[in-house]
Amino acid sequence: MQTATQIPHDVNYLDYKGKYKGIFGWIFSTDHKRIALLYMYSMMVMFVVGVALGLAMKLELIAPGQTIMGPQTYNSVFTVHGVIMIFMIVIPGLPAVFGNFMLPIMIGAKDVAFPKVNLLSWYFYVAGALLVIASVLFGNGTPDTGWTFYAPYSFKSGTNLLPAIFGAFILGFSSILTGLNFIVTIHRMRAPGMTWFKMPLFPWSLYGTAWIQLLATPVVGITLVLVALERIFGIGVFDPALGGDPVLYQHLFWIYSHPAVYVMILPAMGAISEIIPTFSQKHIFGYRAIIASTLAIAFVGYFVWGHHMFTSGMSGTAQYTFSVLTFLVAIPSAIKVFNWISTMHKGSINPEIPFLWAVSFIFVFMIGGFSGLVLGALATNVYVHDTAFVVAHFHFIVFGGVGFSFFGAIHYWFPKMFGRMYDKVWAKVGWAFFTVGFLTLYSPMFYLGMIGMPRRYYDYLPEFHAANILSSLGSWVMTFGLLIVVINLFRSAKNGAIAEINPWHGKTLEWTVASPPPVENFEEIPVYGEKDGPYEY
Amino acid sequence: MEQVSQHADPHYDQEANKLGMWLFIFTELLLFGGLFIVYSIYRFLNPEAFQLGAHELNPTIGAINTIILLVSSMTIAMSTSSLQKKNKGLTVLLLEITIMLALVFLINKYFEWGVKFDHGIWPGSEHLINDMSRGEILFFGLYFVMTGLHALHIIVGMIIIIVALKRVQNGTVNENRSSLLDNAGLYWHLVDLIWIFLFPLFYLIH
Repeated sequence: MQTATQIPHDVNYLDYKGKYKGIFGWIFSTDHKRIALLYMYSMMVMFVVGVALGLAMKLELIAPGQTIMGPQTYNSVFTVHGVIMIFMIVIPGLPAVFGNFMLPIMIGAKDVAFPKVNLLSWYFYVAGALLVIASVLFGNGTPDTGWTFYAPYSFKSGTNLLPAIFGAFILGFSSILTGLNFIVTIHRMRAPGMTWFKMPLFPWSLYGTAWIQLLATPVVGITLVLVALERIFGIGVFDPALGGDPVLYQHLFWIYSHPAVYVMILPAMGAISEIIPTFSQKHIFGYRAIIASTLAIAFVGYFVWGHHMFTSGMSGTAQYTFSVLTFLVAIPSAIKVFNWISTMHKGSINPEIPFLWAVSFIFVFMIGGFSGLVLGALATNVYVHDTAFVVAHFHFIVFGGVGFSFFGAIHYWFPKMFGRMYDKVWAKVGWAFFTVGFLTLYSPMFYLGMIGMPRRYYDYLPEFHAANILSSLGSWVMTFGLLIVVINLFRSAKNGAIAEINPWHGKTLEWTVASPPPVENFEEIPVYGEKDGPYEY
Repeated sequence: MEQVSQHADPHYDQEANKLGMWLFIFTELLLFGGLFIVYSIYRFLNPEAFQLGAHELNPTIGAINTIILLVSSMTIAMSTSSLQKKNKGLTVLLLEITIMLALVFLINKYFEWGVKFDHGIWPGSEHLINDMSRGEILFFGLYFVMTGLHALHIIVGMIIIIVALKRVQNGTVNENRSSLLDNAGLYWHLVDLIWIFLFPLFYLIH
């Protein structure tokens, strides 16, 4: 089909005029780079909604008692905030945007293996997002179960849950298709001579991620279907009144949703593994150790789901086992941190903005990781279970980990994606506000959890007031920083200074093609020889 | 591993298509795997009720449907090899037989479910909830969910086979570009395989 029209190599993907005009040239495009940007823009819309809901919660918690919303509204707000942020931002985040954009270029391919399936996965993403929005706008009441849809409340609640559940199911399907596409692409389309251990670390992390997406998502898919059928027909599998077991729901849910945490964090780590050596102007330390730890995290991540359920009713043996396995995840994570620090050691560090995001990633990831050990240990978990401590922990990992890495990655690859450079001064100002705000927002919640403030309440006792004020102030500072970052990037995509092909002296293939890349990436597919390596092409 | 396929059309990679299909089959197996776990847990907790429930089902219809699916798996496998032998007419005929068999399977399923409905057994029915044990409610809940989801897969499989059939007829699927038919066959075997597990679990274990 495409063989009839020769695609010129001097036209970049942004200016290319294909079969369709205007917006249709984007939403019907099977170009992995355009699909990446489609994902990015649709995620940005949802992200704005998610942030606004988060701000509203922090405003509600600025004083005890009812401030701006009642308990039912608060329940809906944290539910929709969670569903949007988890299923639409952090799970697809790095793979769908930077994976789609960079994976084919970094392995020397013209596109992913199944470009049409790739576009289909974006359609599923949009369909899922629209269903979730529909559950908010229509029906009697916004979902109020929390993003986990725990049984039995998820089929007892009178709110409009069905569209949200189907939305999450379809978003999962989108994620499966992306993962499938990446695995086949990596297996089949690496440049000639690029063996597995000549592949850069970001594609490696996407490979580990893709397997998790593929093997874990179907389980949550069927679980959500069962909850939906329970709501519609009353089949009984999770309903204690009909003989079912609601704890079984939690098991099935976390069998997916814990590995999903690694879907979020592995590509984030992969991006950091690209940024740190580039700006340390040094080789990555322990290339193979990073790959091994990536695969180890992907593997062990399947066997730790029980640590979400220490208070849900499990045998003591199961609790100890899950606790020990949870500690095991800390080892490969620590290996990665060790490798990043060793890469910086005696490097010639060029503290550009992507590097700043990367080191602040390591900082917040360490805090998130250590608080994860507190939660993985049985005794302390029971003490802080379902408190603000847990909320602080997973925001440090999920928002700190994925968010900082995402912003690091966008500042790193922005000149390649748009062919223009952003304003570096404003980028640094935005980063500073964001980081200070982030720490002010979430650090007090560790303390609040330790002294006993439960999560998911719109109200609290007066002794929690001071720390909550600090946290709410932090949310404003962070959002201010976020605004600076986003506005700066938006303005620069149009009006920034023209960027060089390789502004950071990166060593991977994407820095050898023009900025922005031509439609089919390479005029001639690179060939790796004996002496070439992942970072010596 | 060969990375660049030496083929006239650079966008066609048969190996990639096959790999993609196998990965998709993994996800389907895991989807049903979740259901099989739920089934085995509740069977373990309610052994007597599951036996009582199995007595309500008709193993003869189940066995007939098993044979129908096995034969349809054979016909679609034969259609793939006859395409390789460039026998387009036979390929089309075999695919048509496959679709007919799938349709017969669904008709049987329709009558089977219909009998249950006549007996007042469906998810959430009054008879089920008021007169039967908790274990039987679970048995029939799972019976309808699992055979229903399987029937949905039969329908999806039929659509894929119909598309493959049209493509064989107009020549876009041929002995050199057979991925679509191969993958339709793989998918159909998967649907068949799942039934092979469903049949003894619901009909035969008494």
